[in-house]
Amino acid sequence: MSAKSIKVDVLARVEGEGALYVKISDRRVSDVKLQIFEPPRFFEAFLRGRSFREAPDITARICGICPVAYQMSACHAIENAFGIQVTGALRDLRRLLYCGEWIESHALHIYMLHAPDFLGYEDAIRVARQYPDVVRRGLRLKKIGNRIMTVLGGREVHPINVRVGGFYKVPTKNELAELVEDLKWAMDAALETVQWVATFSFPEFERDYEFVALRNAAEYPLNEGRLVSNKGLDIAISEYEQHFAEEHVKHSNALHSVLKARGAYLVGPMARYALNFDVLSPAAQQAAQSVGLGRVCLNPFKSIIVRAVELVYACDEALRLINNYEPPGQPFVEVRPRSSIGYGCTEAPRGSLYHRYRFDDHGLIVDAKIIPPTSQNQKSIEDDLRGFVESNIDAPRDKLQLQCEQAVRNYDPCISCATHFLKIDWDQE
Amino acid sequence: MSKAECKVRIIGVGNPYRGDDGAGIAVARILRSRLPSHVDVIEQNGEGTSLAESWKGVGLVIVVDAGQSGAPPGTIRRFDAQSDGIPIEIFGRSTHNFGVASAIELGRALGELPSRLVIYAIEGRDFSPGGKLTPPVERGVREASEKILLEVLQAGESDITLFSAAEHFAL
Repeated sequence: MSAKSIKVDVLARVEGEGALYVKISDRRVSDVKLQIFEPPRFFEAFLRGRSFREAPDITARICGICPVAYQMSACHAIENAFGIQVTGALRDLRRLLYCGEWIESHALHIYMLHAPDFLGYEDAIRVARQYPDVVRRGLRLKKIGNRIMTVLGGREVHPINVRVGGFYKVPTKNELAELVEDLKWAMDAALETVQWVATFSFPEFERDYEFVALRNAAEYPLNEGRLVSNKGLDIAISEYEQHFAEEHVKHSNALHSVLKARGAYLVGPMARYALNFDVLSPAAQQAAQSVGLGRVCLNPFKSIIVRAVELVYACDEALRLINNYEPPGQPFVEVRPRSSIGYGCTEAPRGSLYHRYRFDDHGLIVDAKIIPPTSQNQKSIEDDLRGFVESNIDAPRDKLQLQCEQAVRNYDPCISCATHFLKIDWDQE
Repeated sequence: MSKAECKVRIIGVGNPYRGDDGAGIAVARILRSRLPSHVDVIEQNGEGTSLAESWKGVGLVIVVDAGQSGAPPGTIRRFDAQSDGIPIEIFGRSTHNFGVASAIELGRALGELPSRLVIYAIEGRDFSPGGKLTPPVERGVREASEKILLEVLQAGESDITLFSAAEHFAL
């Protein structure tokens, strides 16, 4: 009987802390466990009894990489509860802020965390020694994303200018115009990024995913839409918990999120892209087509190309929003709290982020639920690993191990609030 | 020496919502009001590329982060990035995997390190979400603040008196 275990004590280049265990028996993967620790649970408890006004900033502290996503999902959920809608220039400014986060996060993941896998380097530092100009391009892209967040959010890490109903202070036309030159450079750099990552070689591997993402048919989704899938899901955000469940699994502090009807599903760039290709900007569509990326991508290792296409979109969309900008009369819409429940879901760089809050008459939080993209993808990551290891069962162990780490990084998993390293444990009997 | 190169910057790194991971931020907050105008104090979450960006072109940079090496909690270690190797495992607890040690190596690879870069690591014990600094780490934070203040003074960059520094940070 041939059996083996694979153990990687430290998986680098993921945002967070966790462990991975793979067990192989008789040439089959008999067990895969991805363990992550899940700080949102702590934040849910921490939010109880706090004012609705505090929720965007408290939840933004969950993640240093995607604070805007937390602020946006919180604001939308709270506004949903209190029956207000943020429209016009304020809505556009939110989209612009979100573009900043996408640029920042996608550039970081593509250049610093994921590309080393494809280039055969242990980390981005070694890539920087060999290809300093490529790494500089990635860093400058990331910095431009940060700059948008600084101009709109007040500061780059944990923006403080976002409030329920809008912003504390909105930028002038000139303040946004100062971003244009950088963004034009970023647009070109993003297009070069697509060409660059498309030259990588990708393991042959595809899966029949259920993709889940927001869709609103008017624009590529950031803040708003219905939650749809390629297998028939089409629901309002308020119906989320009727269709999705969180399962306790022994091996992880995190809950596994599943579709009640069908099990594992995938959120993030590949899902958004497959479900919303038609509303990408022409430049982003052309970038995808120029490297032969179809309208749907089923190879998770190619998610780096999809992410690069989204980088193009985020730069393009940011330029469009800035060009159309007319400062709103008021920086925010007035909010009156009431006893109610509200639901919000927005597209964090790594996938849909769901928030639900219940408030009392004074707008104090009675309870909160936060379901981050990484816990939604956890089961899908495990399924990828199971499928990938089984179809490469005879590959040399060290190569397989590296590819397993890469398979986890395909998801840009963010457990950053908790995670510092990912242990991989292989067990073969 | 250009104006930028005369500049001194203190960078506190960490996440104050994760117990002892907030040690670097705590030092930054203590020092902020104590330093003259050519010394600025910033806070970072430890994401390495932002860190590498934040020290470009500065003369003397002192980074303070929580460490996790198995030493007794509150232990302070000091590294000079130019002359010492930075043991990456000490900063395993930094908020992001591409953390302080990686930022230094990235800066080195791209030729973008500040003229002088000093790292202080304060050994942490409890990194759980929502926790406060543990008492030994709190002591380490005060002690590190004092050491950093003295280092800035000795670098000839500060005009505040040693006396007030020692007074303020006496344990």
